[in-house]
Amino acid sequence: MSLLEVKNLKKSFDDNVVLKDISLSVEKGEVLAIIGPSGSGKSTLLRCITDLETEDSGEINFDGTFGLVFQNFNLFPHHSVMKNITNAPIRVQKRDKKEVFEHARDLLKKMGLQDKENAYPCELSGGQQQRVSIARALAMNPDILFFDEPTSALDPELTGEILTVIRDLAAEHMTMVIVTHEMAFARNVADKIIFMDDGVIVEEGSPDEVFSSDNKRMKEFLGKFYD
Amino acid sequence: MILSNVISQLLGGMVTSIEIFLLTLLFSLPLGLAIAGGRMSSFGPLRWLMKIYISIMRGTPLMLQLIVVFFAPYYVFGISLSADYRFIAVIIAFTMNYAAYFAEIYRGGIESINSGQYEAAQVLGYSRLETFFIIIMPQVFKVILPSVTNEVITLVKDTSLSFVIAIPEMFTVAKQIAAADASIAALLVAGIFYYIFNIIVAFVMERLENRLDYYE
Repeated sequence: MSLLEVKNLKKSFDDNVVLKDISLSVEKGEVLAIIGPSGSGKSTLLRCITDLETEDSGEINFDGTFGLVFQNFNLFPHHSVMKNITNAPIRVQKRDKKEVFEHARDLLKKMGLQDKENAYPCELSGGQQQRVSIARALAMNPDILFFDEPTSALDPELTGEILTVIRDLAAEHMTMVIVTHEMAFARNVADKIIFMDDGVIVEEGSPDEVFSSDNKRMKEFLGKFYD
Repeated sequence: MILSNVISQLLGGMVTSIEIFLLTLLFSLPLGLAIAGGRMSSFGPLRWLMKIYISIMRGTPLMLQLIVVFFAPYYVFGISLSADYRFIAVIIAFTMNYAAYFAEIYRGGIESINSGQYEAAQVLGYSRLETFFIIIMPQVFKVILPSVTNEVITLVKDTSLSFVIAIPEMFTVAKQIAAADASIAALLVAGIFYYIFNIIVAFVMERLENRLDYYE
């Protein structure tokens, strides 16, 4: 059975139909990249799956914990890096304080931020903030990690450091669903790619299949990146 | 009259002024938060009720509100209240008035917090109550502190309005001494008292602001 299964998902905002009958599945250990033009419904799909929006109809089957990494990080500015990461595991998951702190330090080390545990988000660069927010999501021991355009708020120089982190997680077989505009990255890191346009899934398959697709819309979209 | 004599007479008034100030803050700060909650409620009638309440409290003179709260029980309901009610009426009127102003300050602060903060908290599993008190309110306090300082400084001076229902606070007493002595010395002393009081308030609030200055 799939770890995450979405069936016939539909969502409108007033008269604007954003998701028209979306179905997909994600297996354990799989990395799924969702690509497509702005306004195609990628982020709304992610927000429905993570309960930030309520779907109009359809089914979302997922039984476990998830983490979500936002485009704008959404770190808590009044909490230190350490508190951002440890507060929810301790308060919400009621885990042992010592264990959570050790876990958090491991994660910070992995993110190359071991010297930043007492810093506040405003003292960090965008790339560092995003790495903290990835550590915060991972500290909850999620079964699946969602990324909503994790590099869109970063300049190209900082984008690389986030993509490296995600690539490392993929190598550890972390299950991930990534909404992204980074085509080369999606092709490189994903096991499966979904191309969305105007609220529907236009193409779906392995990176090679999707990137060599004959679909007109898909070719137009990719043309913008490879011209 | 000798200055030291004036000051000793004013001392009792000072204590009453400080009491009005502290009790008003004690009650109006939490009440203001509750009113702000109602003002932002998704339940329409409650939202409107709070909107009307705030509008009346901000739109009419505090002096008039003091008189109404003091006399209404007798003239409207025919209830005779004990002499203690005079002071209670002052606290009720000030609390109701300041809570309305604080409610609007809270509302502005709460609405200034990015929706991403709520979303991040929700994804991490915080309850609505935890989100409000752990994530949102600490950030709101930092945002609203300068506006709160303004109100608190105004409150120090507004306590003098209690003279209108003859509460023996600082200003009432100073006026009586000035009339009896045909000298403004007592009023000048009262003015210095309000000024020093507010310097202390401003100092405390600035310290508070500095303490919240560790981020952004």
